Amino acid sequence: MDILVQQLINGLVLGSVYALVALGYTMVYGILELINFAHGEVTMFGAMVALAVISALLGAGVDLPGVVIALLGLLTAIPACMLLGYGIERLAYRPLRHAPRLAPLITAIGVSIVLQNIAMLIWGRQYISFPPILPQGYHTLLGARITDVQILILVASLVLMVALTLLVQRTQLGRAMRATAQSPQLAGLMGVDANRVISLTFIIGSGIAAVAGVLVSAYYGLAHYYMGFLLGLKAFSAAVLGGVGNLAGAMLGGLLLGVIESLGAGYIGDITGGFLGSNYQDVFAFFVLIIVLIVRPSGLLGKPSHDRA
Amino acid sequence: MTARKQAWFTFVALAIGLALLPLLVEAGLGRSWVRILDLTLLYIMLAVGLNIVVGYAGLLDLGYIAFYAVGAYCYALLASPQFGLHLPFWVLLPTGALLAGVFGLLLGAPTLRLRGDYLAIVTLGFGEIIRIFLNNLNTPINITNGPQGVNLIDPIRIAGFSLGKTQHLFGVTFSSPQLYYYFFLVLTLIAIFVALRLQDSRIGRAWAAIREDELAAQASGINLRNTKLLAFAMGATFGGLAGGLFAGFQGFISPESFNLMESIMILCMIVLGGMGNIPGVILGAILLTVLPEALRYVGDLQRAWIGHVVVDPADLRMLLFGFALILMMLFRPAGLLPSRRHLNELRHD
Repeated sequence: MDILVQQLINGLVLGSVYALVALGYTMVYGILELINFAHGEVTMFGAMVALAVISALLGAGVDLPGVVIALLGLLTAIPACMLLGYGIERLAYRPLRHAPRLAPLITAIGVSIVLQNIAMLIWGRQYISFPPILPQGYHTLLGARITDVQILILVASLVLMVALTLLVQRTQLGRAMRATAQSPQLAGLMGVDANRVISLTFIIGSGIAAVAGVLVSAYYGLAHYYMGFLLGLKAFSAAVLGGVGNLAGAMLGGLLLGVIESLGAGYIGDITGGFLGSNYQDVFAFFVLIIVLIVRPSGLLGKPSHDRA
Repeated sequence: MTARKQAWFTFVALAIGLALLPLLVEAGLGRSWVRILDLTLLYIMLAVGLNIVVGYAGLLDLGYIAFYAVGAYCYALLASPQFGLHLPFWVLLPTGALLAGVFGLLLGAPTLRLRGDYLAIVTLGFGEIIRIFLNNLNTPINITNGPQGVNLIDPIRIAGFSLGKTQHLFGVTFSSPQLYYYFFLVLTLIAIFVALRLQDSRIGRAWAAIREDELAAQASGINLRNTKLLAFAMGATFGGLAGGLFAGFQGFISPESFNLMESIMILCMIVLGGMGNIPGVILGAILLTVLPEALRYVGDLQRAWIGHVVVDPADLRMLLFGFALILMMLFRPAGLLPSRRHLNELRHD
């Protein structure tokens, strides 16, 4: 029983990070129908920039509480990633707006490779550890353990998701985003500046990705120039699972994927009689992705569309 | 000179050039460059195979390397001390190619309904699944030997004649990479020939029709399911064949050689050269295999000019590669040698 609860908690925490990254994919896909392959790398940059600031502050011997230092790191990472996201869209995607769909997908792969290698040149190949500046305590819940960092991740993700939902549903910018997603031409006729909306979509998505990057590196206590790749892939799977282009779907898909992965890794040994072990954890995301696309190509919450799948 | 004579002259010059290439390269640049030539031929085979799926049929496959892995592991497990089996290569290569083809059908069947980006992501996931399994199938029963890979794979032996060691023929001494070169060259030429003939065949035209307009193709009586499956299986077979050759040539394989980057690299060869156009695809494969190797000399250049190595050339390689991809798409999206038909499609879009 406590193992089940423990796996559920771990899964939800991991899933909420997937959900945050998935939001970025799904927003861009909703408007441009483009898989922004570089989004995972933006997440990685968020973690790296925050860690650089944190270790610089610690190195300078700044006498501040750990949480404040972490917050300063985060507050540097968010604008840095926003700038990065804006730049990527402006330089690599906008010129290809009317090109065949394969073209921007390949530039996206190119951007992803470039960002990974720039990060490797700046921060090196080794794993960078997250200094223990956040509270390290834990609480007991139904016989399972939940750490302070896990609570922090859950709360932060929840706040961001609510904020984004409000932004999209209640503000003028949100309405413009939804209109552009439905029909860029028609939105343009109604006075929406599509290029501005797309830029802002990238900026918002990248800001959320920065938070996700910092949270995930705090959770694992590590950051690495290659961390964005698998995270991005899983987050995209989560977005597809929920129905790509759908915000609530991305959140649901992320949480579900996290839980499936965590339960799967925890129980696969028992199910297969020890033949497969928890080292197959990374396979689950792809199996889920393939099964969803076969059984319900529009995702759990997506509208059926004949054109897309 | 008539046009016919000129064509013959070009053909003979090309044949002599290709025949002398490994001898000249070994004398001029050293044996390691002959090995690079061999790898280039394998990549041409892979690129030509993937071009069937992506260039002809328009199905974006980001997990192509999985078929290469299937072919390579099939050869490696049946011709190494891993299981104590040492089957002859004329059994191994067809088996590997066939098995890869079956995997192609396995991947193709459930993904037929998907189009574009979705297909790309599913194939990518498929490639990763294969790699993760290869990496982990060493416990509890050791099948693939896990991350350590399979070692001491038998070299390719044709009727008792081993390509794995130095041989003397007609008074000339041929090193092992040179022997592999000639063998790979013959197979690559066959692959190119098959791909060229396929392009203008009934199936090739059906693929072009599907790529350009699925609905119209279906209305014209093309069986979408079978035609697409055929593209997947055909491309996979090429990949499996190249994989078997790779295992025999290299003598050692590990899951590391079959990561996503390799799939992307092969896709980039096609895109860079000119999708759907065989000469373009060959050019792309040559450029992307030889250029990264040549970039290794950037380290020596830095030492000569600046006095010490500022940036490790191995790190720089992928960075420049990424930039090349982006710039290529921005300024020449149809590739270096575009196919006329694809160019028309670009204009219409």
